[in-house]
Amino acid sequence: MSIDASIFQGLSWNPVTDVHRLLEFHFMVNALEAGTTVAVLAGAIGWFMVLRRQTFAGHTLAVIAFPGAAGAALAGLPLAFGYFGACVAGALALAGIPGDPSRESAATGTVQALGLGLGFLFVSLYGGLLNGVSALLFGTFLGITDHQVLTLVVVAVAALGALAAGGRPLLFASVDADVAQAAGVPVRALSLGFLLLLGLAVAATSQITGALLVFALLVAPAAAAQRLTARPLRGLLLSVGLGLVVTWLGLALAYFSVYPAGFYITTLAFVAYVAARFAR
Amino acid sequence: MFAQEFMRNALLAGTFIGAACGLVGYLVVLRAQVFAGDALSHVAFTGALAAAAFGVDARIGLFAATILVAIGMGGLGERARADDVAIGVVFAWILGLGALFLAIFTTRSSAGNGTAAVRVLFGTIFGLSLSDAAIAAAVSAAAIAVTVAIARPLVFSSLDPDVAAAQGVPVRLLGLGFLAVLGAVAGEATQAVGALLLLGLLAAPAAAAQRLARSPYVGLALSTALAVAAVWIGLALAYVEPSLPPSTAIIAVAAAMQVAAAPRLRVLRAMRG
Repeated sequence: MSIDASIFQGLSWNPVTDVHRLLEFHFMVNALEAGTTVAVLAGAIGWFMVLRRQTFAGHTLAVIAFPGAAGAALAGLPLAFGYFGACVAGALALAGIPGDPSRESAATGTVQALGLGLGFLFVSLYGGLLNGVSALLFGTFLGITDHQVLTLVVVAVAALGALAAGGRPLLFASVDADVAQAAGVPVRALSLGFLLLLGLAVAATSQITGALLVFALLVAPAAAAQRLTARPLRGLLLSVGLGLVVTWLGLALAYFSVYPAGFYITTLAFVAYVAARFAR
Repeated sequence: MFAQEFMRNALLAGTFIGAACGLVGYLVVLRAQVFAGDALSHVAFTGALAAAAFGVDARIGLFAATILVAIGMGGLGERARADDVAIGVVFAWILGLGALFLAIFTTRSSAGNGTAAVRVLFGTIFGLSLSDAAIAAAVSAAAIAVTVAIARPLVFSSLDPDVAAAQGVPVRLLGLGFLAVLGAVAGEATQAVGALLLLGLLAAPAAAAQRLARSPYVGLALSTALAVAAVWIGLALAYVEPSLPPSTAIIAVAAAMQVAAAPRLRVLRAMRG
């Protein structure tokens, strides 16, 4: 099979026809709905994560989603259960690691490697899931059920509601923790709460992008937005907007080609970030 | 246990890789570059799959990717030393490329399955041939030798870069060289414990050693010893219990060491509130 000739075999280059064909199948509509939900959630939470310099923690939580999903598959539970359970547990574990930055990152790294090791153990105990491993790690947009979409929307609305409620003090605590503490803002509680929200966002995102590519939606749009504007509300909206464009384009490209959505989404997100760096 | 050839090869490669990871890992933790190590280990995955997709020996892809990216990160380093965000964005994209190469590889090879990816991600220490193990031992020994040779100025410049620079220590060059060594170790360790798990072997023995040892040199030695012990115990456990993958066992032992070295079980305490 010739790779270059068949990359975009289904594409007619007529936007109206192409969008129409994109929405022809129910699985694709589900994928776009789920992708949209996840992009909004990851764009908003990711903006705070980048502001708080917690990218490593975010990546660790993303990676912990993998043993969660593999463990759920082994135990015969719904995958979403494993994703959310593992990420919330991971957020609690990270919150329990004490302050010193160099030790903190070493402990975070150990939590991450241990999580992946457990995931591998679950996968090998399960057997016959070898192809499923790539799906868990690199995501799949095929076969997203109506039920999954509904779960994602409910989680996203709850998480965004919590973020909206705690957004102002969280912003204060993220920008200057000491002053916020002195002003009576509950910095520690906010920090734990944010890690839990981050866990939820990561669990939701990894169901679409896979555990390893969550970063593309969580970090890149937010980092690009923070390069372009320092104003919080505008930055948040920009981050969400970039995430949406990246997800929609990535899913559409993957639909018309033989290559995985994860590749297109990460590449588009990277391009957006590089463009934002040069735009300033 | 020692009668099996695969086990002897695994012990040979594992001992040297463990020692290299423990030694380099201690400096990684000391220099607060765990995230860079994380990024490099993921880059190894893309390198190996790119080599597989284009039909080159996996080792070439591994070392080319890890060492080039290590030097690239070092080059960016001075301006944006703590720029975790840039590292994160770049390595998310590199992983995306890995997914692309995986797709190319699986569409090209008639076997068409994900086992190649699984091998790279989680390691194949029980599948090493004698020549694989010998190469792993040689590369690790070279990395250890380089690290030991630059250990003194490196520890100095890690602890206080400004004073070290004022005394004429080439801080920037050392940092760059260290990242290249880290890249080589990451590429080699990927074959033993896999791209995803080698971070544990870098971070956990080092963190345990940092808690137990007062002086950095004692810490270096202790970290190396702990990493080698983790590999040995892990391999023995995996041998005794065949359903337990060796890389999982090694990481679990290393993590247990780190927890045991903690003064109190703070994680448990924090969870209780």
